[in-house]
Amino acid sequence: QYVPVKGDHVIGIVTAKAGDVFKLDVGGSEPASLSYLAFEGATKRNRPNAQVGDLIYGQFLVANKDMEPEMVCIDSSGKSSGMGIIGQDGFLFKVSLGLIRKLLAPKCEIIQELSQLYPFELVLGMNGRIWVKAKTVQQTLIIVNILEACEYMTAEQRRQALAKLSGN
Amino acid sequence: LQFMQRGLDSQTKKQLEEEEKKIISEEHWYLDVPDLKEKESCIIEERSFMRCEDLVYGRMSFKGFNPEIEKLMIQMNSKCKEEEIEVDDKMEADVSDEEMARRYETLVGTIGKKFLRKRDQRVLKDDDEDDDIDEDRNSNIIPSKKAKKMFLKPQD
Repeated sequence: QYVPVKGDHVIGIVTAKAGDVFKLDVGGSEPASLSYLAFEGATKRNRPNAQVGDLIYGQFLVANKDMEPEMVCIDSSGKSSGMGIIGQDGFLFKVSLGLIRKLLAPKCEIIQELSQLYPFELVLGMNGRIWVKAKTVQQTLIIVNILEACEYMTAEQRRQALAKLSGN
Repeated sequence: LQFMQRGLDSQTKKQLEEEEKKIISEEHWYLDVPDLKEKESCIIEERSFMRCEDLVYGRMSFKGFNPEIEKLMIQMNSKCKEEEIEVDDKMEADVSDEEMARRYETLVGTIGKKFLRKRDQRVLKDDDEDDDIDEDRNSNIIPSKKAKKMFLKPQD
């Protein structure tokens, strides 16, 4: 179970639009709120185009046990730096929090080995959610399967699996 | 309470206030125990994993799938390294140091000319023209213009 922490970058799913605020499901005990104005270049007239069911990558502004967590999609200097609505296509799946920490470690072998395979895009949320997008559906699913299985495979097994794949 | 009455002077009010306070505070209970020294705790509570393990930025792209994100990756991950930051600072200057020095030299000259008096300006102009003439032809051209300036003493 994920506990929202201030400053963490997470992937949230838009569940409702209420007035000036989006409600996002981040996998915690409560839905987080995200204001319309918390995007880069957003004004009252220029609203972000997020529908229910869209994916958003943002960070927590406020996250303590007494209050509803709040998210924003800009950093302290007002730049979006990669945060915001995640584009079309791609595949979202859940993994354990421990795997995310492993994957985000500075020199992660899994990520390095995967990056040799084929071009793809990856977004890792600290709440255990991973979004993958590759050129074809097959490639995307291969990456998903490897990442899910990585938790229980040893390094040797992983390299074998990847060797088979790159052979194909 | 007496000190609340408006009619009284401020002084008498204060006196009464202090007396009332004493009476009240004597009735309060307090612990007759010496204060505990506040120890500086050596424990810092950190709820995010990002700092503990120096985690990398979560958005990544490989083999040129999304060039903007690849640029971001370099940016974000270099924030940890100080060397890159220094390089960035140098690059930020729009005009390089050499150009600055060059421009400044000529700038001083051109603005300095503006403040010369008319005589000096003419001298400057002639000097420039003379230099040009000398460079063009290596013959003996008497700088006649210069002679004009100087006062020729009439021969007796």
